[in-house]
Amino acid sequence: MTTKHEMELIDSAARAQQVMEEELAGEKMVINMGPQHPSTHGVLRVVLELDGEEIVNAWPDVGYLHRGDEKIAENMTYTQFIPYTDRLDYLAPLANNVTYAYAVEKLLGMDVPPRCKYIRVICAELARISSHLLGLGSFGMDVGAMTVFLYTFREREKIYDMAECISGARFTTSYTRIGGLAHDMPPEFVPMLRKFLKEFPATIDEVDKLLTRNRIFCERARGIGMLTKADAIDLGVTGPCLRGSGVDWDIRKAHPYSSYEDFEFEVPLGSVGDSYDRYLVRMEEMRQSVRILQQAIDNLPDGPVNSPDAKILLPDKEAVLTKMEELIHHFINVTEGINAPPGEVYFSAENPKGELGFYIVSKGGGTPHRLKIRSPSFVNLQALPIMAKGHMMSDMVTILASLDFVMGECDR
Amino acid sequence: MTLQAAIDRLKVRLGEAVSGPVEFRGETTLTVSPGKIVAACEFFKKECGFDMLTDLSGVDNYGEDPRYEVDYLLYSLAQRCHVRLKVRVSEEDMVVDSVTSVWRGADWHEREAFDMFGIRFRGHPNLKRILMWEGYPHHPLRKDFPLAGIPAELPESAVNADTVRSAPMLGGPFVASDGTRSSIRREPRQYDTLAERQEKLAHPTKKESV
Repeated sequence: MTTKHEMELIDSAARAQQVMEEELAGEKMVINMGPQHPSTHGVLRVVLELDGEEIVNAWPDVGYLHRGDEKIAENMTYTQFIPYTDRLDYLAPLANNVTYAYAVEKLLGMDVPPRCKYIRVICAELARISSHLLGLGSFGMDVGAMTVFLYTFREREKIYDMAECISGARFTTSYTRIGGLAHDMPPEFVPMLRKFLKEFPATIDEVDKLLTRNRIFCERARGIGMLTKADAIDLGVTGPCLRGSGVDWDIRKAHPYSSYEDFEFEVPLGSVGDSYDRYLVRMEEMRQSVRILQQAIDNLPDGPVNSPDAKILLPDKEAVLTKMEELIHHFINVTEGINAPPGEVYFSAENPKGELGFYIVSKGGGTPHRLKIRSPSFVNLQALPIMAKGHMMSDMVTILASLDFVMGECDR
Repeated sequence: MTLQAAIDRLKVRLGEAVSGPVEFRGETTLTVSPGKIVAACEFFKKECGFDMLTDLSGVDNYGEDPRYEVDYLLYSLAQRCHVRLKVRVSEEDMVVDSVTSVWRGADWHEREAFDMFGIRFRGHPNLKRILMWEGYPHHPLRKDFPLAGIPAELPESAVNADTVRSAPMLGGPFVASDGTRSSIRREPRQYDTLAERQEKLAHPTKKESV
């Protein structure tokens, strides 16, 4: 059976006239970018209002990766939540582990041995390098410099190997414990790290040569996505984005935790607050991380990595099987969790993306009453409309890449 | 101005509306009455240099009166110190004044607190859900919302699903998975469905059978 379609053919000249009139009338177009757009690095959706190619307004729409991590946290013990922190900023799981462990330790009012602090610094800085490498690689790729991505991923591979060596897993590390670490680092880790520190600066220089004075890259990044100091502070932006705008604030310097006061390093700052500045800040931060890592392995203290408090950490398995008291501690720690005092604490650390904070409200007992995750990506993304306004549609990609967010952390 | 001096001046200015400070682990918390939170925030920002709103978080203290609270964590870049302001919100009148006029950054934080707890912020420019979708009927971080979830309709635009199903409990991430009866019994979260949660909240003292 055939059906007959009737259609109206508009004569093309008349159509062109109509389009032109619409444009002259200044009709704006609303388009949808994401949540499956490759440059949104995850599942961010941005609704853009365009006037021709120019962005008039941008509304970020988050929540596509919401898994209810905070609800989950209220229903398990403090130790059980550690694997969930891997999945917040999944480009820097080691750093999240470290921050979470310090937050709970602050609630418990305890301290960890110096060796543990140094190893945690190593973890946090490795995670920073890894996260910045991905940020830079994909930044380059998004604006058309494919090679950088391959170079940075080669180095990230080595960091994953080290993560596997130290924690047993490449991606979902879960390396810290409340009051210490899962285990001390294996003897082969330090030589591995030394080798990496020797080779890695060459890669930074290579990337530097490929991008920093690359005309195409400069033209695509300079003056794009300006964020003034005042706006950045007002919106609560943190991390490289805040420092790119020239605000000298790094938690490692402002509130040293994990023995960061022992380390010598500089905090790089941007001068104008555009995408290019944020790129430069991340570049320099990687060089500073190399300095910190070098100092950490040179001055690594000896001694235990775990706090001796048996009511917090699991005792040795052998002791559990042979001694009564250890068996009791083990049983209580596993079934009821650590007995935390009632109270509320906020601990934040300088993570690769910015200030990652945990706000824990405890009513006593083994599970938190409320665990709020203050994620840097969530807060930083609020600056997107301000940064995007007035730029071209194609600059959106640059701005998103220079913000360097992770949706796993943003949506929790 | 030191933090203590700022607190003293705020107490003179707002009188009874401010109580505290409470110190715990080196953190200072002040409780402010709901009507005065904008005044307190403006005071801290404009006169004491607390230029950043680091965090804003809702908390559900189920069984207490007032039931909810909102915690504001303020930070001063110049003095490098935090102060926490706490507002208690009763269940009958779940409205707090919005501080978006003080810090624009409060926008998404307040939307999140609204989304998760149902606390409404008076004067917020765009108080919509942020993590859950428009039209979702519940507020998931309330204590009477079960971990397993409550079935809900998805908006029409969503593909491939008519409803959101409860999370599967057996074999799920919170459940010991060897499947034997005894291990399921050992796992109290296995029972955390809506009926169970209501039962638990109604009889908080009842010990769970292990």
